[in-house]
Amino acid sequence: MSGAVADRRGGLGLAASRRRRRLWVLLLCGLGLGGAAALALTAFQDNLVFFRSPSDIVASAPVDGRAFRLGGLVEAGSVVRDGAEARFRVTDGAHAVSVSYRGVLPDLFREGQGVVTLGKMGPDGAFRASEVLARHDETYMPPEVMDALKRSGHWNPEQGAAPPAAGWNTMQPAGATNGQPARTGG
Amino acid sequence: MIPELGHFALALALALSLAQAVLPLWGAQRGDARLMAAGPGLALGVLIAVGSAFGALLWCFAVNDTSVSNVVQNSHSAKPMLYKLAGAWGNHEGSMVLWVLILALCGAAVSGFGRGLPGALRARVLAVLGMIGSGFLAFILATSNPFLRVWPPAADGQGLNPVLQDPGLAFHPPLLYLGYVGTAVTFAFAIAALIEGRVDAAWGRWVRPWALASWSFLTLGIALGSWWAYYELGWGGYWFWDPVENASLLPWLAGCALLHSAIVVEKREALKTWSVLLAILAFSMSLLGTFLVRSGVLNSVHAFANDPERGVFILALLVVTVGGAFALFAWRAPSLSPTGVFAPISREGALVLNNLLLCTIAAVVLAGTLYPMFADLMLKAKISVGPPFYQATVFPLAVPLILAMAAGPLMAWKRARPWPVLQRLWWAALAALVAVLVVWLVQGKPVLPALGFGAAIWLILGALTDVAERVALFSRPRAAFARARGLPRAAWGGAVAHAGFGISLLGMAGMGLATEKLAAVRVGESVALAGYEWRLDGVRDVVGPNWAGRRATVTVTRDGAPVTVLEPEKRNFPIARQATTEAAIHTTWASDLYAVMGEEENGTATLRLHHNPLAPWIWLGAAVMALGGGLSLSDRRARVGAPARRRAAGTVEA
Repeated sequence: MSGAVADRRGGLGLAASRRRRRLWVLLLCGLGLGGAAALALTAFQDNLVFFRSPSDIVASAPVDGRAFRLGGLVEAGSVVRDGAEARFRVTDGAHAVSVSYRGVLPDLFREGQGVVTLGKMGPDGAFRASEVLARHDETYMPPEVMDALKRSGHWNPEQGAAPPAAGWNTMQPAGATNGQPARTGG
Repeated sequence: MIPELGHFALALALALSLAQAVLPLWGAQRGDARLMAAGPGLALGVLIAVGSAFGALLWCFAVNDTSVSNVVQNSHSAKPMLYKLAGAWGNHEGSMVLWVLILALCGAAVSGFGRGLPGALRARVLAVLGMIGSGFLAFILATSNPFLRVWPPAADGQGLNPVLQDPGLAFHPPLLYLGYVGTAVTFAFAIAALIEGRVDAAWGRWVRPWALASWSFLTLGIALGSWWAYYELGWGGYWFWDPVENASLLPWLAGCALLHSAIVVEKREALKTWSVLLAILAFSMSLLGTFLVRSGVLNSVHAFANDPERGVFILALLVVTVGGAFALFAWRAPSLSPTGVFAPISREGALVLNNLLLCTIAAVVLAGTLYPMFADLMLKAKISVGPPFYQATVFPLAVPLILAMAAGPLMAWKRARPWPVLQRLWWAALAALVAVLVVWLVQGKPVLPALGFGAAIWLILGALTDVAERVALFSRPRAAFARARGLPRAAWGGAVAHAGFGISLLGMAGMGLATEKLAAVRVGESVALAGYEWRLDGVRDVVGPNWAGRRATVTVTRDGAPVTVLEPEKRNFPIARQATTEAAIHTTWASDLYAVMGEEENGTATLRLHHNPLAPWIWLGAAVMALGGGLSLSDRRARVGAPARRRAAGTVEA
């Protein structure tokens, strides 16, 4: 009996509730997407990690307290180990920055190797690394480092492997030096 | 000779695959039963051809055939046999052959198990699988031939990357690929349904086992990879939000959404269009993952070193597949019949919420993974997106997901009242709250681990409540056992999988309380961490089959009583010219004691020590999740298939 009543009203009731449900779903979707977009954007603002080469740091001092990634080659003869702490300098050929790191250095960390470090600038102008990444492959050069070397005018990858790190700071940049003498930052 | 046979088998597979892509589809469009019937035979042929090619590749690695460039680059005669064989798929070319082999297996499985499928649907599914297979086989033959010869043959190989010489990693790619390729089958079902213009309960019933299998394998594969990273990379963490990890997480999220929405299609004939879209999305994510890992656009520990040509090929494949699928979707989806109705608060409603949240999480992870690439191309900025981004976005989205995860299974279909559900869950909520408070009071500051413990308890107890309700444990306890035996395996599977996620969460929350210490110690000195004394007893030389290294002996005691002896190592692989760090791990299930050796200098060794509470439960939970998937998969309904469709189709045609 009630079934028959429901059947007669079925078409209209179904369509109406379907429309209402669709509204609900759309509303939820909108909320979800909006929320997610807002979340992602705020998180992006706070958590993007920029890459800087030593030259970038010398050109414009980084804002205090913000983490960034510093990359380049480990300067030859610069690695000093002091217990669990390691200090070394990262160079892109034009400039170099001192880095200190407490931790186990990666297996392929070598002088003259490309390296990317994550950390913050300390008050003394040295970079305090919380992570040091060197790859599990001897021939691998992190793309950022490659880019930094190219920008500093010290390496054209088409002409072969990177020159040894020992020579980095005595070389003159291949291109124009935009008027500034190359100095090693600290 | 064998490599040439392998190469020939691949070319043959491509030809058969192309036939599989065209003939059954043509037959289905024309209603030609003979052409449609060609599908299964061709699928079997492709399987045999690709299987032979893979066998040939294994052979080349097993006998260390140094006239094959792939073997020279990735193998060495001094390697143990397992890693020789694993080396066959531990490199780019070989892993693509494995990919296609699994796809061919799936194709054969669809033709084998799919006897109950309507002929036209099966033909179309096989055709779509054939198209995907053709694309990948063409990719292999054009850009990554694994059988390339070198002349003159090398004296010996260069060795497999030593970090990859590990049982965990030997099985990680095959499992992950089973998952990836499983999404190809659900994708094929979705495309076939769009071509037919019909999605019904039977479709849901056919898609769900594939979605489940693919999801279970992805879960296992991801867990194995994460476990490997934990013990092999020696960083002490289990998930780094590395782009390659994200690439495997994305299809997992989409697949997880799909397997839930397929339930609604099967039971209630609702969410049909959405499920089709999800199936397309899941496969798109798999392809995107393949592209990200293979093309070298990513800068990651896992990424294979590559040339851009491959990237362009996969990108083209991705654009054609995904673009074509979405165009077809836009064209055909409106013709799918309208769906069953339900109130917002109902099982369906909860599953919709689950889908929305999972997709939102996937979108956020995708944004974080792709943004650095986008910024590099468009803004010329070198940017990376680290774990803090994902923590800030994924955690808030996971909260409502976890809340709904325990409540959803207790809701009635179509229309549920929230109050009775909450009534049944109050004890779980109370226990979760107590857990949060206890952990927070004991551990203090970081509030996230405390919340994690609460969420884990909530999920595990929620799953228990679900089972208890279904077997009427409290209302009619005497019949409970009989009812438990009669409960469909799918119901068990769901509860087990949800509890498994809870167990994983428990481990992750425990890892939130992990402590570590870095110390430079002399032999005989000890370090205190997490209530344990870690004493360095000595460092000595060790020699392995293809490496030489240094091994430290660290004795761990607690209140003077010996707990374990840890022996972390640093190994040098002269052939591969690489070095690895072997972490030493002692697990008590309540926590992992984890030691890594660093540099040695003047009799002082640097040690990095970790105390990781509950760490093993992360992977155990993942195994339980996969077990839940397997249980659900073994449900009678999944095996018997869907007779309903044929009957329904018959009445329509009559």
